[in-house]
Amino acid sequence: MKFQNWIQNHINQITLLTAVLIVLGYAGKFAGSSLTYNIVLAVASIIAAVPIMLHAYQALRVKVISIELLVSIAVIGAFIIGEYNESAIVTFLFLFGSYLEARTLSKTRESIKSLTEMAPTTATLVHDDGTTEEVDVDDVEEDDIVLVKTGASIPVDGVIVDGHGYTDESAVTGESREITKQVDDDVFSGTMLSDGYLKVRATKVGDDTTFAKIIELVEDAQDTKSHAEKFIDRFAQYYTPAVLVIALLVFIFSRDFKLAITVLVLGCPGALVIGAPVSNVAGIGNGAKRGILIKGGDAMDTFAKVDTFVFDKTGTLTKGNTSVAKVNNYDLPLEQAFALTAKIESLSDHPLGRAVVNYAEQKDYNYQALNIADNQTIKGQGLSATIDGHAVLAGNHKLLAANNVHLSASQQEDLAELKTTGSSIVLVAVDGKLELMLGIADIIRPEVAAELQHLREKGAKHLVMLTGDNQATADYVAQQVGIDEVHAELMPEQKVEFVKQFQQAGRTVAFVGDGINDSPSLATANIGIAMGSGTDVAIETSDVVLMQSSFHALVHAYGLAKKTVLNTKENIVIAIGVVAFLLLGLIAGFIFMASGMFVHEISILVVIFNAMRLINYGHEKAAPTAKLATAK
Amino acid sequence: MTKKAVLQLDALTCPSCMQKIENAVKNHAGVEKVKVLFNAGKVKADFNDEQTSAEDLAAVVTKLGYTVEKIKVKA
Repeated sequence: MKFQNWIQNHINQITLLTAVLIVLGYAGKFAGSSLTYNIVLAVASIIAAVPIMLHAYQALRVKVISIELLVSIAVIGAFIIGEYNESAIVTFLFLFGSYLEARTLSKTRESIKSLTEMAPTTATLVHDDGTTEEVDVDDVEEDDIVLVKTGASIPVDGVIVDGHGYTDESAVTGESREITKQVDDDVFSGTMLSDGYLKVRATKVGDDTTFAKIIELVEDAQDTKSHAEKFIDRFAQYYTPAVLVIALLVFIFSRDFKLAITVLVLGCPGALVIGAPVSNVAGIGNGAKRGILIKGGDAMDTFAKVDTFVFDKTGTLTKGNTSVAKVNNYDLPLEQAFALTAKIESLSDHPLGRAVVNYAEQKDYNYQALNIADNQTIKGQGLSATIDGHAVLAGNHKLLAANNVHLSASQQEDLAELKTTGSSIVLVAVDGKLELMLGIADIIRPEVAAELQHLREKGAKHLVMLTGDNQATADYVAQQVGIDEVHAELMPEQKVEFVKQFQQAGRTVAFVGDGINDSPSLATANIGIAMGSGTDVAIETSDVVLMQSSFHALVHAYGLAKKTVLNTKENIVIAIGVVAFLLLGLIAGFIFMASGMFVHEISILVVIFNAMRLINYGHEKAAPTAKLATAK
Repeated sequence: MTKKAVLQLDALTCPSCMQKIENAVKNHAGVEKVKVLFNAGKVKADFNDEQTSAEDLAAVVTKLGYTVEKIKVKA
């Protein structure tokens, strides 16, 4: 037991020692001493074989025929026939190959590892008497109060009860940006307090925090295998014992011992087994770093095949808050007319009123100083008041009709045009004349049209919007951003029906929603994408979670899936190519044990390096958006 | 009662290690379900706490020649 651990801990030294001995042995050969050559290489073989055989034995005890067993038998065989140089080089290459694999594999896992390392390990607990105590993060319970100082990581999900500061939530959202936090604001575990001082009451602790869930999801995802991988795994399980049998048969029929042990070495599955998973790990890691969680190899495969994107709600494409989208002003100067409108609307807490006031604040229109009197709310019509001696009406056409305000022909035209955009309309009359016409709508996110175009360039064929909104709004939004197909005024169950119809038509459908009320569609679609929501339900029902509500992330995820699947295919081709090459070499007689092992190890490194290209996918493109985010 | 153990190992590098660990832990008395996460280097096991403990499972893994860095038990 102790011996085994010692070997395990000194594996690198053993590898190095073997290398030195091999060099010495060859030096001896050139110096003319073939005795030194044989003895030194025999010693090298024995030293290097020990850790390999230990592994082989341990595996055999739990009834697993491992690669190590194949190598061990081959080495013993080579030893018996006195091919010490072959046995020494094979064992050395095997150990050195494992070392390189470990080093390069850890690179592909780095993005995920760096994420898990952001997980806080300790918390400063504040007791009722005001004293503080440093505890393990697992010992914090709900409703405990924890203290967070500048530079520390917040250990729980919770609500701020005291203090204020700036946090960086990039671990959770993938978006690096300073966010101001005050009392009553929510904070998340794993986010960094870049400046300030907070006391936080824990609402979720340990494995229940959003961050812990993200980590668990990503860890599970990178080990959730695609169909291809599962197939290869099953294949490998029978493949290794089969190689043993084949080698035996080769020996029985050819009576060529050397050929038989060469088959053992060449039979190591190597690149084939590692090729597909390593691509997925690198791809999933790339996404995780950007707040894109792709749930495993299967999701990756299917996502890459998606040709139809269905967007749920207009809210996915718009900013999600109503604001003034269109302003038509007439005889009165714009600022004066708007100030009057803002003043009268400031008395109302109707959403349209708030949008008007916000707009006035943004434009710095001076409305607050105005004197208002006789204000009245007329139900179903709007508001009336006297402001600085002007009679002001703000509301719908009924209000104007009731007060005998008539629209000119050009104003009628403006109104008709505004109606086609699906906006809510506010008409403002001053002293009996229409002076202002406002279109208030959910504003389309400025980047959406361009990002949807990128989605098409990457292979999306149909872009569909299914929405509960009215037809006019839906048509307008769709036309603005370039959506092919719109179905409006739908109930959630009707959306599911549409998704099914698309699937029956042979399309692979991705459903993009915010995770609220649309779980049935998320689940029905081939790929459910929850956008900009860290809710538990969204994380569970969807296949892809975008932590930030960003179309750029959606495009990146789609491109990443395509690239990852391509990378997997490349790796499988490389692996199969290598096997074919080795077989050919064996038949043609130019491949023997040591050279076979060498080609094997090289091919493993090649597939790992190939997968590593995925780590930096989209790196150049990510830079400008990051700048944009800080500029806001 | 069934409990969940999560063992954090140091990095696993060969997929056959995974099979080895899985078989060894699965065959240990009192273990109901095992999942080895190759890339995360984690072993997740459901076990009956009357028959075995997370420490026992860690010992099984250690015996195979892998270092167990952290043990976590969930009810």
